[in-house]
Amino acid sequence: MYPPNFEYYRASTLNEAVALLSQHNGAKVIAGGHSLIPLMKLRLTDPGVVVDIGRLNELKGIGNSGGTIKIGGLTTHAMIANSEQVPAGLAEAAGMVGDPQVRNRGTVGGNVSHADPASDLPTILLALGATFHMVGPNGQRAVSADDFFMGLFQTALQEDEILTRIEVPVEGPGISSAYAKLPHPASRYAILGAGASLIVQDGKCTRARVAVGGVTPSATRLPSVEAALVGTALDADTIVSASESAANDLGPADLQGDIFASADYRRAIAPVFVRRAIEAAAARTQ
Amino acid sequence: MGRYIGKSMKRFEDPRFLQGKGSYVANLQLPNIAHLAILRSPYGHANIRSINTKNAEALDGVIAVFTGQDLIDGGVGALPCGWTPPGIKVPVRYPLTVDRVRHVGDGVAAVVAEDPYIAADALELIEVDYEPLPAVVDARETTYDGYPLVHDDIPNNVSYTWALGDKEAAENALRDADHVIELELINQRLIPNAMEPRAAAAQWNHATGEMTVWTTSQNPHPIRLLLSAFTLHIPENKLRVISPDVGGGFGSKIFHYPEEVITPWVARAINRPVKWVATRSESYLTDSQGRDHVTVAKLAVKADGTFTGVYVSTWSNQGAYLSTFAPLIPTALYITLLSGLYKIPAIYGEMWGTLTNTVPVDAYRGAGRPEASYVLERLVDLAAQELGMDPIEIRRKNFIPANEFPYQTPVAFLYDSGDYQKLFDKAVEVADYAKMRKNQETARQEGRLVGIGVSGCIEASGPAPSAVAGSLGSAVGFWESAKIRVHPTGKVAVFTGSHSHGQGHETTFAQVAADELGLDIEDVEIVHGDTASVPFGMGTYGSRSAAVGGSALVKAAEKIRAKSIKIAAHQLEAAEEDIVYDRANGKIHVKGSPDKAMAFGQIAFASYTAHNLPVGMEPGLEENAFYDPANFTFPNSAHISQVEVDRETGQVTIQRYISIDDVGSVINPLIVDGQIVGGIAQGVGQALFEHGVYDENGQLLSGSMLDYALPRADLLPMIETARVETPSPHNPLGVKGAGEMGTIAATVTIANAVMDALAPLGITHIDMPLTPEKIWQAIQFAEKGG
Repeated sequence: MYPPNFEYYRASTLNEAVALLSQHNGAKVIAGGHSLIPLMKLRLTDPGVVVDIGRLNELKGIGNSGGTIKIGGLTTHAMIANSEQVPAGLAEAAGMVGDPQVRNRGTVGGNVSHADPASDLPTILLALGATFHMVGPNGQRAVSADDFFMGLFQTALQEDEILTRIEVPVEGPGISSAYAKLPHPASRYAILGAGASLIVQDGKCTRARVAVGGVTPSATRLPSVEAALVGTALDADTIVSASESAANDLGPADLQGDIFASADYRRAIAPVFVRRAIEAAAARTQ
Repeated sequence: MGRYIGKSMKRFEDPRFLQGKGSYVANLQLPNIAHLAILRSPYGHANIRSINTKNAEALDGVIAVFTGQDLIDGGVGALPCGWTPPGIKVPVRYPLTVDRVRHVGDGVAAVVAEDPYIAADALELIEVDYEPLPAVVDARETTYDGYPLVHDDIPNNVSYTWALGDKEAAENALRDADHVIELELINQRLIPNAMEPRAAAAQWNHATGEMTVWTTSQNPHPIRLLLSAFTLHIPENKLRVISPDVGGGFGSKIFHYPEEVITPWVARAINRPVKWVATRSESYLTDSQGRDHVTVAKLAVKADGTFTGVYVSTWSNQGAYLSTFAPLIPTALYITLLSGLYKIPAIYGEMWGTLTNTVPVDAYRGAGRPEASYVLERLVDLAAQELGMDPIEIRRKNFIPANEFPYQTPVAFLYDSGDYQKLFDKAVEVADYAKMRKNQETARQEGRLVGIGVSGCIEASGPAPSAVAGSLGSAVGFWESAKIRVHPTGKVAVFTGSHSHGQGHETTFAQVAADELGLDIEDVEIVHGDTASVPFGMGTYGSRSAAVGGSALVKAAEKIRAKSIKIAAHQLEAAEEDIVYDRANGKIHVKGSPDKAMAFGQIAFASYTAHNLPVGMEPGLEENAFYDPANFTFPNSAHISQVEVDRETGQVTIQRYISIDDVGSVINPLIVDGQIVGGIAQGVGQALFEHGVYDENGQLLSGSMLDYALPRADLLPMIETARVETPSPHNPLGVKGAGEMGTIAATVTIANAVMDALAPLGITHIDMPLTPEKIWQAIQFAEKGG
């Protein structure tokens, strides 16, 4: 596997990285390299210029400030999976990405910027209502998860921007999340992944965010399911019937499938994994 | 007797491999080496109207570009088929195709450049004008009238047909049976995926006319023979083939491949060393693939469960061309196995070897035998179900009794040894089968889909004897060579014609040699894989190395001992018959007088100084042996697995796997366990997810590790292994093959377990791979439709 020739720049500061992206039209950012390098080796992409941000240590790590968990863009899946600070569902999902080598090299920023439709992290981050922070030639900005994932391999991130950090809420009593997944046996991407994030006050669900991935062009929220949960006590029957409505939120248009698992199958089993994610999240709120 | 045989020893080769210090073709360094890349067809079937190489040739760093016609003009011959049953039509296959491509990945042109990046760039600059043609990919449909012809001169795409057994007797058995179990099944296409992609390198010596070829082969001598006699036409005495460390093969590296011809041909043409290393994508498109049968099978059963007949018809997809041993696999390694572990009086099998617009198919771990096991053991399970018998009970009822060996089956083979009842006694005990069934009953009452799969499988390993193979269509013999070179200090080099690409020869062969000669194992070195140093040998496949290559080693050691005794008798002034060769310590002494002795090193030194040898004895201590086995060996197995199917998703979880195997006497239990467990993993892969899928145009849809699912460690439970040992009576080590039994048994064991789990829903068969979706659909259909 031999990629076409390309220029390689290693940025030593974030500003330098942003400047390099502005100077080189079509340049691609590389961090862990687990999405970009395979595409280049297969000659499916030919960026011409690659800007390596892998040594910008300020983008690496997990912190808690003012009730918000801040996860640097260069934080690896393994770091997230092993973190006790991040939401339970996020750690769970990060632990299901690929295999140990991928989790040790791959970064959360690279993962969500690439926005593979079957990737685990976009689904759980959408369910968590994460906020995505990015920097570009015009300075910093932040985009909510609802606006960040725009379609197949499409995000709100512009070509000359770099994702710097992702913010998710702190979980505690009454607030929790979970992720459930049927992995593709070859790639370990999600055939169907479901994320649920719940807030429970005085025995009642006051907020529910539920999303699926693997079957849609990008991670997708399930408003019917969410609506059926809010205001309930999250008893078993409610969760089952709420999950059943996942199929309503997944219209047949644009659904994804492959030779291993068709779109119809993925849609049909979505309620199962949605239910399992909600059940696990609900149990954790107690 | 010995200190090493039968002992679990860690592999001597592993520290080298685990530290990245192996020596593979891809990391071979040669001065001024150029890099070869092959342009491959993107079409399953197309005419080539023209090839324009000008732009590629003009690229800076490109040395030359060659087409198929250039190779033919340069004297390259067609790739031969090494197994040709009567009446076979062998399609012509040149290393690069000339005017037509017949599968995606078919080689069209070759670029040689200063580095592999430039070569890859140059491939994109070659312009090929294709005229796409309709394609055909299905093993059976390809024979239908009016379907596209893969080769115009082979009507109905049938390359050959083959049949074995008594057709009339089988038909009568079916007619007279109380029950006829009938099953139509597909044994799906598999893609081998050796860890190391194939590679070739070549160095031409213009001054001497000598060519050295490095290749990732399981059998360097046959490759040298084919290169010399058929494809490259360099005299065998001027041709050296080296197969260094090779990272797995599973059969796919037995065959003579186009790149093995192109690389040396180009090296000579440009008078520079040349190297080609396959990308993983190329492995998917060019390594020979496995299985791909469509089969209709019938089993005749009496009311009491006795099997009376088997009738099997199979269409075997051979791909676009016949790979080197392709016709052997679905004939003499498939239909001959349809007796399984059972006494079945009437068996008939017939098959069609068909051509399609797909990658050629040849031996892949198990090679014909897993296909036979799958057919027979599925039929047996369905028979048990129909008769309301336990699957172990019906098998026990039909086993060949232990006192009837050697046993002649109605389909050619003479089984050497076995005790199948004892094998299943052990399996039932290790599994605690009665308790498993009880737990299953409880689970079923809870609405859970828990299944227990059973199989009893036979393997024929170590193909033999050469004369019979020749009469069946083989172009080669199936003996093996060994040479023992004793150095003057008594250290020993063993040269074996078999080849290790993961099997652990450097350990097991050293165990045998050390015990045969009474040496410390550290004093033995195993050499293989280089035609310049090793006597002609047949290589490694068909689980033959220990049974055939190990036996040759024993014969060579006998000769060393015999000469050593002669030297000792002479120097100790005793009669030869009074000399004892003590294999526990390598001391050669006078019977009854252990002090009148010579150490092995003293004998060796004496043989090389030649100061005091018996009159007429040649100096030196070095012996060759060739061993032609009298028969195959017949390993056999009892496997039991428990699975649970997730009713909501169709996902299968393997909860237990018990593997009881009779691979004869065991040289190294650790290595045998490794072979069994690895083989089981591969068999599970076929049962649950592996599938080489082609669309109707011949596009390979599962051409990468993103889509082609290989089994991973976390999908398997700890595998519980145990053995029953019935030594093979016809080889000196008593060994049978151990490399393929796991694969042969595991696929059908898992398939039977999943079907057992689904039995309460009335589901009797689903074609593999048993993906969650297929199982889920069957459940939906059963629950809604039934």
